[in-house]
This record gives sequence, C-alpha cells and structure tokens, in this order.
Amino acid sequence: MPRVTVDGIEVDVPQGATVMQACELAGREIPRFCYHERLSIAGNCRMCLVEVSPGPPKPQASCALPAVDGQVITTTSEKVRKARAGVLEFLLINHPLDCPICDQGGECDLQDQALAYGRGYSRFAEDKRAVAEKDMGPLVKTAMTRCIHCTRCVRFADEVAGVVELGAIGRGENMQITTYLERALTSELSGNVIDLCPVGALTAKPYAFAARPWELERTDGIDVMDAVGSNIRFHARSGAVIRITPRLNDEVNEEWLADHARFGVDGLKERRLDRPWVRIDGRLREASWPQAFAAIRRALSGVEGSDVAALVGDLAALEEIVALKDLLTGLGSARIECRLDGAEYAGHPALWRLGPTLAGLETADAILLVGANPRVDGPLVNTRIRKAVRYGGADVFRIGAPADLTVPVTELGDDLAALTRLPTAFLEARRPALLLGSRNATLPVLAAAGRLPLPRDDWNGFGVLHTAASRVGAMDVGCHMAGGLAALTRQPPRVLFLLGVDEVDLRPFTGAFLIYVGSHGDRGAAAANVVLPGAAWAEKPGTYVNLEGRVQRSLRAVFPPGDAREDWTILRALADVLGVRLPYDDLGALRARIAAEWPHLGRPGLSTLPWDPAAVPAAPPPSGPTRPGPAHLYALNPILRASPTMQACIASIVEGQGAVAEPVVA
Amino acid sequence: MSAPPPFRFSARNEAEVQRILARYPEGRQASAILPLLWLAQYQMREETGSAWLPRSAIEHVADRLGVPRIRALEVATFYTMFNLKPVGRFHVQVCGTTPCWLRGSDEVFRACLVRGLRKGETTPDGLFTLSEVECLGACANAPVAQINDDTYEDLDFVAMGRILDELAAGRTPPPGSQIGRQASCPDGGPTTLKDLVA
Repeated sequence: MPRVTVDGIEVDVPQGATVMQACELAGREIPRFCYHERLSIAGNCRMCLVEVSPGPPKPQASCALPAVDGQVITTTSEKVRKARAGVLEFLLINHPLDCPICDQGGECDLQDQALAYGRGYSRFAEDKRAVAEKDMGPLVKTAMTRCIHCTRCVRFADEVAGVVELGAIGRGENMQITTYLERALTSELSGNVIDLCPVGALTAKPYAFAARPWELERTDGIDVMDAVGSNIRFHARSGAVIRITPRLNDEVNEEWLADHARFGVDGLKERRLDRPWVRIDGRLREASWPQAFAAIRRALSGVEGSDVAALVGDLAALEEIVALKDLLTGLGSARIECRLDGAEYAGHPALWRLGPTLAGLETADAILLVGANPRVDGPLVNTRIRKAVRYGGADVFRIGAPADLTVPVTELGDDLAALTRLPTAFLEARRPALLLGSRNATLPVLAAAGRLPLPRDDWNGFGVLHTAASRVGAMDVGCHMAGGLAALTRQPPRVLFLLGVDEVDLRPFTGAFLIYVGSHGDRGAAAANVVLPGAAWAEKPGTYVNLEGRVQRSLRAVFPPGDAREDWTILRALADVLGVRLPYDDLGALRARIAAEWPHLGRPGLSTLPWDPAAVPAAPPPSGPTRPGPAHLYALNPILRASPTMQACIASIVEGQGAVAEPVVA
Repeated sequence: MSAPPPFRFSARNEAEVQRILARYPEGRQASAILPLLWLAQYQMREETGSAWLPRSAIEHVADRLGVPRIRALEVATFYTMFNLKPVGRFHVQVCGTTPCWLRGSDEVFRACLVRGLRKGETTPDGLFTLSEVECLGACANAPVAQINDDTYEDLDFVAMGRILDELAAGRTPPPGSQIGRQASCPDGGPTTLKDLVA
C-alpha cells in the first residue's frame, strides 16, 4: 500500500487510489465538479488542483493522478488557493449570475464552491456566452447557458444508463451538451442527470420554480414503484410532497433512482379518494365512515368465513397486509392472495427471493433472464446487470421476447422449454445468476429453475425479479393460498377485500361484494361496492420488504387528504365493527405483533434464508412462450397513472418522437 | 432546400472504405470514424459540388462503424475540417492567425471582399465560400490560404485576386508559393552556408 503525505498527515492508501482519494482519506476536502465516484474520470474541470511532489512544478488535477509511494501532497498552499480561485474565475466567466431564478440555487456545487474557494469578484467585463436551450423531454429541463461542461451527464448516460443519447458537440467555447438532434431522453434513469449536474443546467422540469431547497421538509422513505425498495427522500412543503430524490444506499439503489420513482410523485395529488363511498342502486355515493362500515357489516352478515376473501395489492405496506390477514382470520377465512401476476411460488421463502442480492448480482459471471425485462421491471436491477457485464465481463442469456437491455444478450428463444437445455456457458459459470420474472414464476418454471445447479457453497444464484413492492413481505406473512388467484376466480367469494388492487381483472368477481381500500380512484375503486379511502405510501409509516428480502422502513412525509386514513387503522376500526378483535392499538403494537410471529420482519436489514432443495416443487417440464410484461414503466400502478408527468412521458417517450431537423451548429 | 437523398458510399469509395477499415485491428473499427467522415465529405463534393456532411452521411458512417450517432456527431462538430452545411465549389480558408496577420492577411481578405466573398458566407453563384481559419501550419510562407485541397502561399492582394479570378474562370492556378520560391526556401536565394554551396 503506497504511503503518501497530505498536508503533513501520513496516510496509507489502497493500490490504484488517486491523489484525490488520498486527500479524502487524510480528511482534506477537495473541491470538484467533473469527478464523480460512480463515473469514469474525465479530469476536465480542473477544480481539484493540488500541489504534488515529486512532480511538475505546477498544480496537478488530483482526480486523475495516481497516488504513489512517497508523494508529498499539499492542498492548502497559497499556490493551490490561487489555482482554485483562478479555475473558478474562468468557470464563472460564462456562467450567468442568475442564481435568484435558478432552481439549483441553494443546492448548487458551483454556488457553494464559489463561496468557499472563489475570489468573490470577476474581472471579466466582456459579453458572456449564451447557449440555446435543448429539449430533453418532459423530465429534464435545460438552461444550457449555465453548463460548465463537466460531462457528468454524458458519462452517466454512457456508463450507467447505457443509453448513448447525450453528447458534447462543438469545441472550446462553442461546446454544447445535447441529445442527438435534441430528441427527448428515452432512458428510464434520465432523472439522475439532474442530481449529477453540479450546476443548474439540468434541472427537474416538473419541479421547475416550485420551491427552494431550504423550504422543504425532508423525510426518509422507501420507494414502492418497483420491488427494488430504493431509498428515497420525500421533500414536502405545505402538506404536499413536491419532489423525491434518492438516498445513498450502496446495497440497494447506490445513489440512483428510476424515473417513475422520482417523478411519479405528482400522482399523489390527482384522483385521490378523500372520503368513503358506498354503492347504492348501482352508483357510488359519498358516505361517512360509520355508513361505509355499516354497509360492510350488512354485506357480511350471514356470510360464511370461507365465502370471504382478500387480495393484497402491489403497493401495500407490511403493516396493513398483516392487519388484513388478521381481520380475515378473525372472520374465519384463510383465502388471502398477493400473487396477482399469476406467480405460483409458495412454500419456502428462498423461492421468492433474489438469492444473489442486488450488490451480489454485480459479481455474477453469467446471468439468465427468464421472462423478465429488468429495464421495466426494475431499472436499478438493470444497472447491476450492466455493471456485471461492463466490469466483470458477464454473459447475459435470455428466454423471452427480445427487448433492448443496453447490454449484449444471447437469445435462447421465447420458449420456456429452453430452461431444460441451457447452454454450458451458463451452467458451468462460476457464479451463475437466474433472474426469473415474477409473472412467469409458474410451477413448471419454478420446478425446472429450482433444480438448476445455481445454489453453491457461498452463492445462491436463484432469484425472482419481483415488480410489486409488497410482494415479498406479503409472501413471508403467508398471504397466499392453494391455487392462487386462479382458484379464487374459479370459486368467487361472496365478499372480497381489495387492498389497493387495481391491476387485476375484476370481472370474475362481479357477483361479489367488493370492498376497496386504497388511495386512488382507479380500476379497483370503480368496481367496488364500498370504497374506503386509504393513505398513499408517502402518507403513512410503513415497512417494505424488497425483492432481496431486505426489510426497510418508510416514514410519513405528509398526511393523507380529507377523511383518508392509514390503511391499517381502517382495518383495525372495521374489525371492531365486525366484532373481530385485533390486538393492537398503535403502530408499535402492530409491529411487535409482526416481530413476534415473523422475527426476521421485525428488524430492518437483509433477511437471508438458506436455500432449501426440498422446497422446490415437482411439476412437468415447462414449455410455451413467456408471459409478456408491461411495455414501459410510466403506468404501472394507480399513482403513476394519475401522474401528469408520467402521462407526458408516455406521450413524448413511448408514443413517439417529433420530427427532427438537421443538426444546428453554432 | 429539400433534404438531400440518403447518403451511401459509391462503389469506388466502398472499396476505399474496406481498405481503411482493414488498417485497424479487429474490434477497433470505430477508430476509422475520421477517415470515413473525410471520405464521405469528398464524395459529397464529387456528387454535389459541395464538400459537406449532411446528417445522413454522419448517420451512415456511425451506423457502419457501430458507433452511437451522437458520438459521430461529436466528432463531426469538433473538427472544423468537416462542413456541416453546404459550401461553395471552392472552400477558401484564409488564415488569420498572428503570423499571417502580421504578413498581411487583411489584404488577402480584402481581395476576397472586393470579389463578393464575405466571411462565413457563400457567394450567390455557389462558387466560393470564405472561412477565416486558425493556423494552417505554413507560417514560414505567410500569409496563406487553403482552397479545397491546395495551399496558396506568400499571398498579397494581387495574388489572391488573381487566384480567385482564375478559379472563377474555370482554370486551376498553380498552388504553392506565389512569389516563385520553392517550398519555404529563403526568398531571393540562399542566405546562409553559401560557401558550402560553392
């Protein structure tokens, strides 16, 4: 390990570290714009200059300089101070002083570093450069005059998103960051360039002129738009969540966030259920809570327990799932089902978990996708696959319909029978990983996949790629029944509880009394006999178990609108009316009840469960095409379908690009 | 102006493309982007009389090499030798950098101006486009101008005017020094090492 001296402090740095990393190990802050830990090194902003000896007698860019044994690095000398001030003065020559009208104001690297390292005045009296705005689609707003050409966004699109759409055209002062022919960004991760941009050149279009960062109340949450469980932060003002940004968690989302998780938040304001509704004479009419509960009690009177059933929706938190299950148990029913996509895993929890884990997926050397499209099903799973391919040279195989994954894929055809004749390159890999799309996890597929030699001594390569945030938690607490959803439709119950269920064909249940508990007036509420207004995920504290089996807690950012209540309290109150005693009066007691029966769900963290070969079901070999998933991720659930921003994405990104013109060059 | 037809390499240039691609190791064919764009610009001159790269040419080269289109556009916009809008039959690039300027490039520009050539513009007859460029690398023979593939050196108002008139008349004036010296040999014969010569 090289030993270097930083401002008189001796530090040992790992082999291959840069001078900047050595300075950080020594506790020195190095200002930077273009350098980013998760992107390749560009070395073009020159803000990270330090003095290095031995070396040339001029300041060196520390981000691109390897640390070697015996180096003496100075970060506080007069020369370094002047060099940084000089770089900032040059950067500010063409940067407009429009901070008062810039959305980055208050969270701007350039603002902060100009304050800390700048001169405080400019000697540039000439005209500043002006750059035409670029249309990057409905999510990213541009103010390219503010761009300082750090190229972080270009490198992100290339390296992480894998969608090479951004570039720097022209040269010198005329250099401009743009998309090819100014088309909208099509990446499902495009919002991350907003976080990466160190200035206000790329900002969030839906958030434009909405708030200042210091006015916002921040609350830590967990994303529910897919099953990855990305760590997020709600930014709220005046009782409304205004935006969502990612939180750092290297084991889950690193520091990225998919576009539907970031921008679907304005769906919280639209199509909300803010009071109970009861269907009278075929029409839903506004009602009070007691009236709604009374209607449910009437509907349940004289109904056998076995004639009551419940479906658990994709966005439900663990607390309300357990409350619903307890309510059903109290009513004498065990007919509760969460596998709304037709999956048939059951039995052992390892059968519905992502065995390799998200971070472990990066170390896989062969990845087989079965009926899954990670770019839609879990964009941040796809970034891990990309890392495995880019840095580990992993081979990716696919059984299913072709779709662009941004990595080279060996197609094995869209026939599940291919599972029984897999290429040796996959079977003989050192760390093979299988990603089974949840909607294709039928018994024959599970039987064939479960018998592959994937679990090794220190590696479990069997993984299910879930799309529902509630799924793993609901499975763990036993919300599944023999025969699944198909059995329910064959033998429809007389009373059916829908806990935020909007993606299921409800026609088989037209004869049943439907009780919908949820936040949005979508398909479920439209078909229901009683609608009970619940809280959306930002409006309640909740526990979510992600696709790896990681237990994570989300906090309440704002209160639900109108008469809407937290879902588990609705079920608790309803239970009283129905004469069922649920033994918890507050969230702590409910969580204690969960922890008592399922200890691994009682504490946050990864709940790993060893692979059990005996749990693999027996079934005939699979055959036939895979079940296709949604074509895009902008309308996966009621919140996204209510979001004006997501509708704009569909219009602009999915349904086509406008006419294009010859490239215009200054 | 209507959009030009989709660009394709001609049969003769297709052979040249193969020759260029063979220069690079397998898997490194993207390196051929500069020569291929350059070849495409030559072909445009042969076919249309205007050496420029339409969007379809950039996209054709990018697709041929498996390079993302934005990457090819970056290259094409970075180098000033690629023209991204149509130019005249003769692209007159006059150097305005310090050595040429000290040696009278203003007079060269004036010779252009009196014939209707304005910086950055194409003459109405489509014959000339005038560009002011940075150093052309022939400072010893300043002032210089590059017209299509030929460099004209040791220019002044009269020489530049004569060259433009000749070109307009359909003749090709001899390139190189316009005061009769060979390459960048001293003007008026050797000035040093005369004894050795004798």
